[in-house]
Amino acid sequence: MIALLLRDLRLAVRAGGGFGLGLAFFLIVTVLIPFGVGPETGLLSRIAPGVLWIGALLACLLSLDRIFALDWEDGSLDLLATAPLPMEGIVTIKALAHWITTGLPLVLAAPALGVLLSLPPSGYLWVLVSLALGTPALSVIGTFGAALTVGLKRGGLLLSILVLPLYVPTLIFGAEVARRGAEGLAVQTPLLMLAGISFGTLALLPFASAAVLRINLR
Amino acid sequence: MSIWEYANPVKFIRTTDRILPWVSVAAVLCLVTGLVWGYFFTPDDYRQGATVKIIYLHVPAALMAINAWIMMLVASLIWIVRRHHVSALAARAAAPVGAIFTVIALATGALWGQPMWGTWWAWDPRLTSFLILFLFYLGYMALWSAIENDDTAADLTSILCLVGSVFALLSRYAVLFWNQGLHQGASLSLDKEENVADVFWYPLLVCIAGFVLLFVALVFLRTQTEIRARRTRALLARESRT
Repeated sequence: MIALLLRDLRLAVRAGGGFGLGLAFFLIVTVLIPFGVGPETGLLSRIAPGVLWIGALLACLLSLDRIFALDWEDGSLDLLATAPLPMEGIVTIKALAHWITTGLPLVLAAPALGVLLSLPPSGYLWVLVSLALGTPALSVIGTFGAALTVGLKRGGLLLSILVLPLYVPTLIFGAEVARRGAEGLAVQTPLLMLAGISFGTLALLPFASAAVLRINLR
Repeated sequence: MSIWEYANPVKFIRTTDRILPWVSVAAVLCLVTGLVWGYFFTPDDYRQGATVKIIYLHVPAALMAINAWIMMLVASLIWIVRRHHVSALAARAAAPVGAIFTVIALATGALWGQPMWGTWWAWDPRLTSFLILFLFYLGYMALWSAIENDDTAADLTSILCLVGSVFALLSRYAVLFWNQGLHQGASLSLDKEENVADVFWYPLLVCIAGFVLLFVALVFLRTQTEIRARRTRALLARESRT
């Protein structure tokens, strides 16, 4: 499992754009928002937590189809399927690799981008915490979507139609944590719900993803 | 004699052919009676005026939009467990019907909301979760049409239906948490004191029966069509091979 994780990470780094692309997209989205709604500081600081969450979510979505696509094309996914490693393990590792290459940089970059959106000082910690808790769920759910569309030509659009509705609960609770944190309110309830969604999807969804992947490899 | 006999496509088509005319006629009868009764022979509400009558379309459509998804969930489970093709095709047949019911519920709700709430749309939990349900229907149908192999498509969409159900429920409670409601509470729950008045209640029941029958008729018809389409394709494939 560790070998697979290292292989995926190495591929992502050496193929170029593994870390960079998602981050660049995140940056561009956050830069575009003030152009769209105007540079007024009060408005920006009010919507900053939500914008950061949506930016992270879209950046995450953008890189989903790469989770399985390359391995599918060159056949290494078939090899992995016949390996002694259970499919659930492969899927979890793939999700983890996706989170390390996409989710983690987003989490770390979010406070820096918060400066651009004049996020209130109390918000930085909670944006960081909510993204750190929420992005694993985004990766795991996204892996399920990627597994569903792996064999399809032009699966990208379909992937977003399938995955975005599944992202709704995570987005709601994550953005709520960030918003409440920024406004200095109590964050415990949405934070617990967000943690519940993250750990719940992490525990259960790999089984669905593995089942789907097995069907697609049949 | 068990219910699984109807998993045989021939038997399914033969039986539904016999039932279908009755169900369709009953659906039309119920809908006509219910709607005419509702629209012309019930009093206007003292606060809402004539707009109250949209309830006869809105509530049954909303009810069936949810029930259609539940039916798809059950059919998907049957497909996964027992691998009856009719079941998978029935789930496929139900999806567009359910999606249209969702649209009807949203559209009539908007038409009613404009004069009553003063807005076409509000980010109310019920409205929002219905919109999300509609997105789930869209994704489900898109996945069905994207995959060429029938069995793979049936497998993948059933799993999507299962996972989607869990997430639809999660979203339902998440949006409840996210925003306070403008929508009134349940108008039909059996265990509550506060319900719609009897004058509106009886025609509404007839309308609901009409929508249920309509759904059954449409799903039977569409499932038959799917079975026949698949059979035609199999015949064509066989012919082209020889």
